[in-house]
Amino acid sequence: MAGNAIEVSGLTKAYGPLRAVDGIEFTVPAGQVFAFLGPNGAGKTTTTEILEGLRNRTSGNVRVLGLDPWKEGDELHRRIGVIPQEFKFFEKIHPREAIDYYGDLFDRPVDPESLLKRVYLLDKADSKFDTLSGGQKQKLGLALSLVNNPEVCFLDEPTTGLDPQARRAIWEVIRQLKADGRTVFLTTHYLEEAQLLADQVAIIHHGRIIVRGTPGEIVASRGRPDRLRFESGPELARYLAAHLPFAVTSEDGHVDVEIATPADAQRVFDTMSTSGLGTPRFTVQRDSLEEIFVRAVGQMDDGLLKSEGGA
Amino acid sequence: MRPRRIVSDFKVTARGYLRNSAAIFFSLIFPVILIGIFGLIFSSSGSLPTLYVLNADHNSAASRQFLATLNATHAVSVSLVNGETPQGFSDYLQSQQYSAGLVIPAGFGTAYAAHDPVQLPLYVNPGDQATSGAAEAAVGSAVTAFNLHAANGSLIVSAAMSEIGGRTYTYVDYLVPGLIGFSILTSPMFAMTEVTATYRKEGLFRQLSLTPLTRAEWLTSKIMWYTALTLAAAAIMISMGYFLLGARFIISWEILPFLLLGPFLFVSLGMLSGSIAKTPETAAIVGNIITFPMMFLAGTFFPVSSFPPFLQTIAHLLPLYYVIDGLSAVMLFGNNVRALVDLVVVLVIAIVIFIGAVLAFRWREE
Ligand SMILES: Nc1ncnc2c1ncn2[C@@H]1O[C@H](COP(=O)(O)OP(=O)(O)OP(=O)(O)O)[C@@H](O)[C@H]1O
Ligand SMILES: [Mg+2]
Repeated sequence: MAGNAIEVSGLTKAYGPLRAVDGIEFTVPAGQVFAFLGPNGAGKTTTTEILEGLRNRTSGNVRVLGLDPWKEGDELHRRIGVIPQEFKFFEKIHPREAIDYYGDLFDRPVDPESLLKRVYLLDKADSKFDTLSGGQKQKLGLALSLVNNPEVCFLDEPTTGLDPQARRAIWEVIRQLKADGRTVFLTTHYLEEAQLLADQVAIIHHGRIIVRGTPGEIVASRGRPDRLRFESGPELARYLAAHLPFAVTSEDGHVDVEIATPADAQRVFDTMSTSGLGTPRFTVQRDSLEEIFVRAVGQMDDGLLKSEGGA
Repeated sequence: MRPRRIVSDFKVTARGYLRNSAAIFFSLIFPVILIGIFGLIFSSSGSLPTLYVLNADHNSAASRQFLATLNATHAVSVSLVNGETPQGFSDYLQSQQYSAGLVIPAGFGTAYAAHDPVQLPLYVNPGDQATSGAAEAAVGSAVTAFNLHAANGSLIVSAAMSEIGGRTYTYVDYLVPGLIGFSILTSPMFAMTEVTATYRKEGLFRQLSLTPLTRAEWLTSKIMWYTALTLAAAAIMISMGYFLLGARFIISWEILPFLLLGPFLFVSLGMLSGSIAKTPETAAIVGNIITFPMMFLAGTFFPVSSFPPFLQTIAHLLPLYYVIDGLSAVMLFGNNVRALVDLVVVLVIAIVIFIGAVLAFRWREE
């Protein structure tokens, strides 16, 4: 599992005057889960399909498993699994037959039962595809993408439209893929999902990558400091601000105190007990990827954040 | 080309088709309905034209003898009319829209016995050539027989008449090869045009491009399926024509090449028209523009030889014409030389269109 499963540099895709992908660069080490985030129209699907060999690129360098996806698609397709953003299939086929069909096409033995069970679709094994719900179709797409035992899986929004239980089931499948040593390229709008599953995250906006790193790194470098939040009023805020070197804000009936270490927290509680203002309920606030995402995208739209381009 | 992939895709295609009741209706049931309707319209009371006879001389042996002679010509089927007068007979025929009628006048028997000249009024509708011609021939030959008999003569010169090809053809005989051609044309054309355009729009071809299935394998399995469908439709139509409508034709293996090449041609043509159109909607229009002229002008419902000359010229430009002409050559005339010429034409057109279709057909787009 050495080396990079995916290598991208200087990748662009232009549709007329629109640069849907505008010079991006990243690598995905083999065996990792890479989450690709970004608002609608950011260029996620375009990038994903270029990696899958479904679309040609305008310029740049792309290697997946060492192959050029557009020119060496036939060989690549035997080694990757793909579920497109909106999975569609033959209207009248049953999921069980679809899996047997893919088994024949890839010349692989398959067990439709266990595969369908894995994606929670066994109860619909013998229903026509056009009678399946959106989420059920997506599950079949996932099952089909696994038939050829792929080294790299491309999942374009695999959990969009799924109910919470099914979403967790898909997460389990993705974790299993990683445990098997496969590489996963995942696009999603659920930041929580990226945070839970991904080794690496990239946020793309207007065709450029604006944030990249492990979820932990991103939260550490881009997130605001952790905050202790008390359900209390401005009185407490004034007292704490006067007695502590930390930033204190008061808003909507709660008081936030920025802290960096557990020792800082200890100092806050000690100061509280001497204030004579009682002991209000408290929580610890930490920026999630979601908040960072919303701020990063918002700032870029406001022209505040300079794009990192491919860096 | 891997057989396993082709067979698997064939199974998927077949199942999908069999689960689609509209498709089944158009490919298997609709031709049966057509053959039934056309057969009934054009072969009322067997396959012979009807001659309506008013016998105003009922009780004479001579009149009955004359009717028997008419029947024996096998050119018409005689239907007796009762309750009409000879004077009103012409109006009666017109009101009933009958095309041929004959009056045996009162006193016919007596006059015949006395060797007195007697005239039988024969009414025909010149607009219905088939019926009036048959009526004239039948009445003419019965009259001749009676005259000879009265003169105690016997027939010296006679024409041994038979129709081209050695037998008498009826409309249903022509109809069966025509309708087989109809189904060879329509089921692949309509389905493939739609399938090609929708699969592209819905991204199904891209989905397939991610598997080892090749375009040639995909196309092969479609051709196999429509060939199977054509064979089934042809078997149904031949047995319907034969058992229900009394059509007669030669069934020999020379039919097969047409049943194989026909679907090959029209699956390719359907794929081509689905590929060149940008959307499923325009694909349907393109498909119809190609299909409809062929559906009517290539000899499907009526023999091309009965068309006015300029339509015949157009018919000769339509690929389906050669399929139907070849089928008729084999099934009706046993003319295998002509069929071979047709077959070569079909083969050449099919190969050209197949290549065009493969070139125009893309799994994925830039
Ligand atoms: N075939 C095409 N022709 C023209 N423009 C296109 C085409 N495909 C995508 N685009 C444009 O490229 C941009 C990126 O689209 P893309 O589908 O990659 O977005 P995305 O990040 O996947 O969005 P979403 O989250 O909505 O799926 C969009 O502005 C879109 O309009
Ligand atoms: Mg997308």
